[in-house]
This record gives sequence, C-alpha cells and structure tokens, in this order.
Amino acid sequence: MKFAVVVFPGSNCDHDAYHAAKHVLGQDAVFVWHKETSLQGADAIILPGGFAHGDYLRTGAIARFSPIMPEVKRFADARGPVLGICNGFQVLLEAGLLPGAMLRNRSVKFQCEHVIVKVEHTDTPFTSACRPGQLLRIPIAHGEGNYYAEPAVVERLEKNRQVIFRYTTSEGAVTPEANPNGSVNNIAGLCSENRNVVGLMPHPERACELAVGSADGLAVLVSAVKSVTEGIFPAKAVAVAR
Amino acid sequence: MRARVFVTLKPSVFDPQGTTVAEALHTLGYAAVKDVRQGKYFELDIDAQTADEARRLAAEAADKLLANPVIESYRIEVDSETRGAGAAAQAGAVR
Repeated sequence: MKFAVVVFPGSNCDHDAYHAAKHVLGQDAVFVWHKETSLQGADAIILPGGFAHGDYLRTGAIARFSPIMPEVKRFADARGPVLGICNGFQVLLEAGLLPGAMLRNRSVKFQCEHVIVKVEHTDTPFTSACRPGQLLRIPIAHGEGNYYAEPAVVERLEKNRQVIFRYTTSEGAVTPEANPNGSVNNIAGLCSENRNVVGLMPHPERACELAVGSADGLAVLVSAVKSVTEGIFPAKAVAVAR
Repeated sequence: MRARVFVTLKPSVFDPQGTTVAEALHTLGYAAVKDVRQGKYFELDIDAQTADEARRLAAEAADKLLANPVIESYRIEVDSETRGAGAAAQAGAVR
C-alpha cells in the first residue's frame, strides 16, 4: 500500500513517518508538499508532527489553509484513512476534521517523555491490528496537548466510542498522575464519527524500532496496512475519487 | 481605519499561562491580584470607509482565523486614528 506524508513548512517528524512506513514496514511512501493539490493516489494519509508555520497564531491554525488540505478533507470525507500525529492532530482539530481544541499543557512545560497509552477501540484503520485495551509505550513531545472540548462534546465522544487512545499508568489505570498534559478524560487520541480520521498527540512513528527504545508504535502503522489491504478502509469511494 | 481585536480564552476554559503569571505576581507580593487571564491582541489596518465596515471585516477575520471558537472569544474596537481623525469612533462588539 501507499502512504502519503504531508510536509508543511516546519514539519519535523515527516521523515520519521516516511522511514517507518517505507523502511520498517516495507510499504510505498511519498512526501507531499503542502502546496501540492494531489495526494498521488495514496491509500492512507499522515499529517506528521512538528511546528507547521512555526505554530504562529495557534498550533495548526495556518496549516489548515494549505492548498493540500481540501484534498485531505475530500479523502477523509470518502472514508480514506487519515492519521494526524501531534502537530498533525492539531491541524485536524483546526481544520474541523476532528472536534475540540488544544490548550497549553497544564504544567506550562514542553513535555518530552515516554508515556503509556491504552488502545480503547480497535475499529479504526489505525488500531485494527491492536488488542482492545493494549498498552503502548510511545513518546510525547509537545507544549500544547491539553485536549479540550465542551462537556457536551466530550460526552458525545465517549458515547460514540471516539476516544481511541487514553493516557494510563503502566497497569492501564486512568489516573490524573498518568495524564501528562491535563487533557480532559486523559484523552490522548480520538477518531472521527466515520472512524477513518484518527488524531493522537503521542508519536507512534517514533517508536517503531527497538533501537529507539520502543517498537510499540508499529502497531498503529501495521493497523493501517491491515485495514487497507483487507479492504476495511478506504471505502471504494476513494478509488473513484482518484 | 484601525480595528483592535482582543482574543481571550472563554471563561469556562482553564488558562495555564494566566495561572502561572498570577502565581509569579503573588511571589512578587501582589496578593491583591486575584486572577490573570492571558490573551492575544491584534491591530488590523483596514481600508474601509466606515467604522461599521471595518468592524464587520475584523469580525469576519476573527471568526475565520484570529480566534478559535472552541476555546476563545473576542472583542473588537474600531477607531479611525490612521486617517488622522480626531475623536476615535469607538465601537465594541463582543462575541
């Protein structure tokens, strides 16, 4: 299958995502510059981490107007798998592809550490190869990952099973201590109503080889390969849209 | 025309930066400062004939870009000082 990694000015995890898809998983992968208007026939899109447009104004606020974004939206609307990692998640929020917004971390610090996240649901293109409740040890690196949405929105997200990743202790307990940034309900990642768009603050692409301390993140990208090759995502509409 | 746009976090949204600034002020001995909310301030020089037109344009810019309606609200003031007019025609709009 083919991954497209969108590159914004200031993206800095684009090569990590490309490396994981291409060299670790052995899949086809391409970079797509944000000013392009074609996703080059990719089966899955990754919006990578970094500081698109210097995080000016708000994280992801400028990137959402990039020429490639209408294509990403079209792809998402056709139920194609889209993964936003860290800054990519922030872009998805600003673009309205996922609900809510990010606030400055509760600690007011840039948090850079390995955390434990629990996979809450496996019926998304990026968790289909995981076990429900599986714990992943993957790194975070962000200053604004304090997820916020109005209480009614959070209630709806929980009811629709859209909270996909949650910060937990190493035993899988959801506690305030396990929450690195103050996110409501320890939310580390969520999916769209159609379940094909997934955003998360931790970096699975930076934890795909034991040489870098953890390979737990591989499960997220392996899920994409599984979902696409088994035809769960994307829907046929995507092929037509191409 | 100059439009001033003040963007602040909604009252219901926790402001970690404002809280940190408040704590620093308390350390400096300003016990009278009960709370601090940090926000953003924009000055827009707008080519418009009337204050109303400038305000409408500034509001559009705030809705589309300057503020994120999920967490922020904004207030706009318009004056015509860039055209050398005397008394500023002030117009407030809160959303």
